[in-house]
Amino acid sequence: MLKISTAPHMQTQHDTPKIMLDVVFAMLPAIIVALIFFGLPALMVILTSVAACCGFEYFANRFWFKKGNTTTDFSAIVTGMLLAFNLPSSMPLWMVVVGAFVAIVIGKLCYGGLGKNIFNPALVGRVFLFISFPVQMTNWPKPEFLNFLNTDAQTGATTLGLIKHIDSQTSATMLAGELPSYWQMFIGNIGGCLGEVSALALLLGLVYMLYRKVITWHIPFYYIGSFFSFSLIMWLITGNIQYEPLTNILSGGLMLGAIFMATDYTTSPMTIKGRIIFAVCCGVLTGIIRFFSAYPEGVSFAILIMNAFVPLIDKFIKPDFYGQRR
Amino acid sequence: MDDIVLYSMLVLGGIAFISAVVLYLVSCKFAVTEDVKVMEIDAVLPQANCGGCSYAGCHDFAKACANASENEFVNLFCPVGGQNVMNKVAEIKGFSKVEKAPTVAVLRCNGTCQNAPLKVQYDGITSCRIAARISSGQTGCPTGCLRLGDCVQNCKFDALSIDPTTGIPVVDYDKCTSCGACVRTCPRGLFEIRTRGENGKMVYVACRNTQKGALARKNCKAACIACQKCSKVNPEVKIENNLSYIPDSVSAAQYGEDLRAACPTGAINYYSANEVKND
Amino acid sequence: MTKIKTFPLGGIHPEKYKITTDSPVIFAGLPDVVTIPVKQHIGSPAKILVSPGDKVKVGTLIADADGIVSSDVHSSVSGEVLKIEAIEGEFGYLEDMITIKVEGDEFEPSVDRSLDIDREIPYTAQEIVAKIREAGIVGMGGAGYPTPIKTSIPEDKNVDTLIVNGIECEPFLTADDRLMIEKAEQIIIGAKIINKALGIQNAIIAIDENKPKAIDILSKLTKTYVGVNVQVCATKYPQGGEKQLITAITGREVPSGKLPADAGCLVQNVGTVFAIYEAIMKNKPLYERIVTVSGDTCLHPANYLVRIGTPASYLIEKSGGISPETTQVIFGGPMMGTSAFNINAPITKTTSGILLLSDKIAGKCAETDCIRCGKCTEVCPIGLQPYLIARLMKNHQIGELKDCHTLDCIECGCCAYTCPAHIPLLDYCKLAKMELRKKN
Repeated sequence: MLKISTAPHMQTQHDTPKIMLDVVFAMLPAIIVALIFFGLPALMVILTSVAACCGFEYFANRFWFKKGNTTTDFSAIVTGMLLAFNLPSSMPLWMVVVGAFVAIVIGKLCYGGLGKNIFNPALVGRVFLFISFPVQMTNWPKPEFLNFLNTDAQTGATTLGLIKHIDSQTSATMLAGELPSYWQMFIGNIGGCLGEVSALALLLGLVYMLYRKVITWHIPFYYIGSFFSFSLIMWLITGNIQYEPLTNILSGGLMLGAIFMATDYTTSPMTIKGRIIFAVCCGVLTGIIRFFSAYPEGVSFAILIMNAFVPLIDKFIKPDFYGQRR
Repeated sequence: MDDIVLYSMLVLGGIAFISAVVLYLVSCKFAVTEDVKVMEIDAVLPQANCGGCSYAGCHDFAKACANASENEFVNLFCPVGGQNVMNKVAEIKGFSKVEKAPTVAVLRCNGTCQNAPLKVQYDGITSCRIAARISSGQTGCPTGCLRLGDCVQNCKFDALSIDPTTGIPVVDYDKCTSCGACVRTCPRGLFEIRTRGENGKMVYVACRNTQKGALARKNCKAACIACQKCSKVNPEVKIENNLSYIPDSVSAAQYGEDLRAACPTGAINYYSANEVKND
Repeated sequence: MTKIKTFPLGGIHPEKYKITTDSPVIFAGLPDVVTIPVKQHIGSPAKILVSPGDKVKVGTLIADADGIVSSDVHSSVSGEVLKIEAIEGEFGYLEDMITIKVEGDEFEPSVDRSLDIDREIPYTAQEIVAKIREAGIVGMGGAGYPTPIKTSIPEDKNVDTLIVNGIECEPFLTADDRLMIEKAEQIIIGAKIINKALGIQNAIIAIDENKPKAIDILSKLTKTYVGVNVQVCATKYPQGGEKQLITAITGREVPSGKLPADAGCLVQNVGTVFAIYEAIMKNKPLYERIVTVSGDTCLHPANYLVRIGTPASYLIEKSGGISPETTQVIFGGPMMGTSAFNINAPITKTTSGILLLSDKIAGKCAETDCIRCGKCTEVCPIGLQPYLIARLMKNHQIGELKDCHTLDCIECGCCAYTCPAHIPLLDYCKLAKMELRKKN
C-alpha cells in the first residue's frame, strides 16, 4: 500500500536529539580543562549533576506529569552539564542533586517541559543554589595542574572577587602579583566554577557549534561585545582596574554565559534582530551587576532577567519581511 | 526599630492609597457604559461563543437581539441555548415567544472502515482539510469522510467523537446544539443541520457521492447509487446528480423504517431515539 | 563571469540527489492508451472538441481554451478517441479526460519535425502571443499558469527584464538541466522570441552553480546573441521560486500580493521557453515534455521525453517498476511535489518528475515539542514566523494570524524541512491560509 503525505517529502536529519548531542560535544573541551585543573571532584560534580537531571526528568515526567519518556531528547544531559559548569568543584554532591531538582523539575518541567520554560533551567538551579548555599557556592578551589585526587585543595577568591574589592588605598602594583596573567585566564588556570575557567575551551565549543550550525554567531558576539564596550568605557573614564575589560571577559562566567547559556534556544529570542537586542541587554546588565552591585559576578542574573523579556522581544521584533523594500 | 516599622507601614500604606486613588480615577475615566438590555440578554445566553447564531459571539448576538424589531427577532435564534434561552430573551424584549423545532447535525456518510476499506495510507498532520487537498482520502471516495476528525476538534460541546471501530465520527444527539461548527469545518460538507421529527426521529441519506453507481460502489459499499427505490416509498425524496436526498418534510416516524429497508446499499440512516444508529 | 547571486532572506541546502544529471534525454516510447486531462493549467477547463470514435493525429487540437485564463489541449498521439469521461486523477479526484487509443505515430502536417535550428523570427509581437496561445503553452515549472497571459503585459506595467528560470532547485529533478545542455541554442532563441513579444532587449538565463555543463554551454552560446546573458546563482532552495529569483537577479522585490510584472520582471521556466521556441519556429503545439524518473528506490533513473497523457505507471515500469521499499510516489520534486494517490494518473504539462521514494527520505517523523530554535524563521524566504503561525493555528487565534503576513507564504516547505522537532509547519501555514481566505 502506498503512502500519501503532504509536502515537503524530505526532512532534515538534524533533529532535536542530534542538536542536543552537538551541544554536549561542544562542551567536551571545557570538561577536559575542568578535569585537568580540578581533578576528580569536578568529574564527580559533573556526573552527579547529569545523572540527577536525567533521573529527575525521567521520574518526574513518569510519575508526576504523566508524560512519556522525554530523556531521549538529551536536553536533560545538556542542562545537567551546564548546571555542573556553574558550580565550584568542591560543591557537596547532595547540594548538586538539589540544584538538579530545582533546575529540571521547577525550572523546566513545571512550565510544561522542553521548549516551554521561560528561564534557562540550569541558571534557575544555579541561582537557587547560590542563594541557598552562598558559602559553598563561593568557595573556589585553586586550580592544581594534573592533581587528580586534589585532596588538599586550597581555596581562594576568583579574579573578579579580587578586583572587585580593591579600595583606593591598595596600590595596583601590589595587586598585580596576586592577579593571574591573561594567558592563565585564557587557558583556565584560575579559580572559579568548574566549567567557566577556560576561555579557550569554551571558544573551541563555540567554533564547533557554529560549524554544526547549532547556533548563530549573534548572541555570543553581541553579548561579549556589548560587555566589552561597557567595561572599556568605564575603564577609560575611571581608570580603575576593576573595570579592566580583558580581565573581565576572560575571568568569571561571561564566556560560559555568552556561549552556552544565553544561546539556549528556548530562552532566547527567535529572530536575529531579537537576539541582538537580547544579547546587548545581557551584556549591559552583566556590567551593571558586576560593577555596581554587591556581587562580583552578574552573568546568571543578567541572563535570567533578559529571559523574562524574551516573550516581549518575540512579540514586537519581527523578522525582515519580503516585499518591504522595492 | 520602631521607626522602621512605622516608616514601612506609612510608605506601603501610602503606596496602596495612591494606587487605589489612581485606579478609581482610571476606572471612572474609562468606564464603559453599556445598554442595560444588552447586558441582561448577554446574561441569559450560554456564553459558548460558538458562532452558531452567525454572530461573532454571544455578546454580539445579545446586541443584535437588543436592537432587533419584533419582525427581525423572529430570525434570531441561539441554537445552543435553544427554545428556553430564546424564550427568556423574548421575555426581556417583551416580545412574544417564537417557536422553533429542535435541530441537530447529522453526518451524511456511512464510509466506515468496513464499508470503505483503505486504499492508501495517509501519513501526515491530523487534519481533514489538509488531507482533502492532497488526495481524495484514504478510501478513494472523493466525497466521503476523511476520518481525521476536524469536526471533533471544532466541536465545542463534546458532541462528536470518532468511533474507533468504524473510523468515522458519531454525533451525540443529546449533546449536539446544532451550532454548525462542524458544517463549516468539514471540507467535504458532510454535516447537515436537520430538524428532529416526532419523538426525535430522523431519516436521511448518509451519502453525498455524485458518481455513477458502479464507480461509487467501487470505493464504498454503502454509497448511494441512485437506484430510485427510496423515491418509490415516498415521492418527496429527490434524486439529482446520481444522489438521493430526503428533505426534512418527509416524516421520519411514518416513512423511516420503510425508507431504510428500501435502500439496497444501506445508505439511508434512520434514527429513532430508543434505537442505535444504523451502520 | 560575473558574481554569483542569490536571494538575501532564508533558504536551505537540502541534499541534491541529482542522480540523472548525466543521463541524456531518451524518448519514452508510446503507451497503448493515453489519457489527456482537459485541465492541466490554472483556470477554467478547456472545452472538448472531439467525440468518441474520432481519429486524431499528433498535434490535433482536441480541446479549446474556455475564456482567457485557460489553455488549448492537443492530442499527443495519433489514434482513435476511445472515451471522454471523468477518470480518477493524480489525487484520486475525478477529472475530465480524453482517452485515446494509440495507433501508429502520425503527425499533423503543419508540425515541422526537422531538427534544424531556425534563428530568424519572422513574426510580430501580436502574432507571437497568438501562436503561443494556439500551442497551448502553460508554465512548465509546476504552476501551470497559461503563458499567453504572462507574455501579454498590461499597459500600466513596465517590464524591462525577462528571466529564464533554469534553476531547478528541487532535489532529484534534472529535466531542465538536461534540456539546457541538449537544447541550449533553442532556449536562447526562445528567450529572443519572448523579448520580441514584450518589446524589450534584456533576457537573463539564471542557472544555479551545480549545473556546470549547462552554464558552460550557455555562456559560450550567449556571446553570439545580443541581449541574452547567463547569470549564475548560488545553489540554494528555493532559488527557483519566482520572487526569490527576481530578488536574486535584480535586487527588486515583488510587493505583497502583486505580480512579478510589478517588479518589472517576467520569469519563464526554461521548459516553457523551449516550448515557445518550438511553437513559434516549428509550429509544434505542446504535446510532449521532459520528465525525470528518479528516486532512491528507482532501479533505472532516467530523463524521458514523454508524450502528455502517458500514464505515470508506464514510465515507472520503464524505469524498473516499484520496488518493495518504495512507500511514496511523488509527482514533481520532493519539496513541493504531491504524493500520488493513483499512479496510473497521466503525465501533464506541468509534471517535471516522478520520484519513487522510500521511507528513508520521505518518511515523516513524529511531531515533538517546539524547542524555539528559530530555524524556521531563519530559513523562511519570505520572512514569516512559521512557528508562530503554527501556534496560533493550533490555538485557533485566527484574528492574530492576519498580522503574520500568512497569505504571503509561498509554500516552499523550508520551514517544515528544517524543523528539528519535525513539526509540519507548512501544513499549519496552509491551514492558516485556508482559515484566512474563509474569513474574507
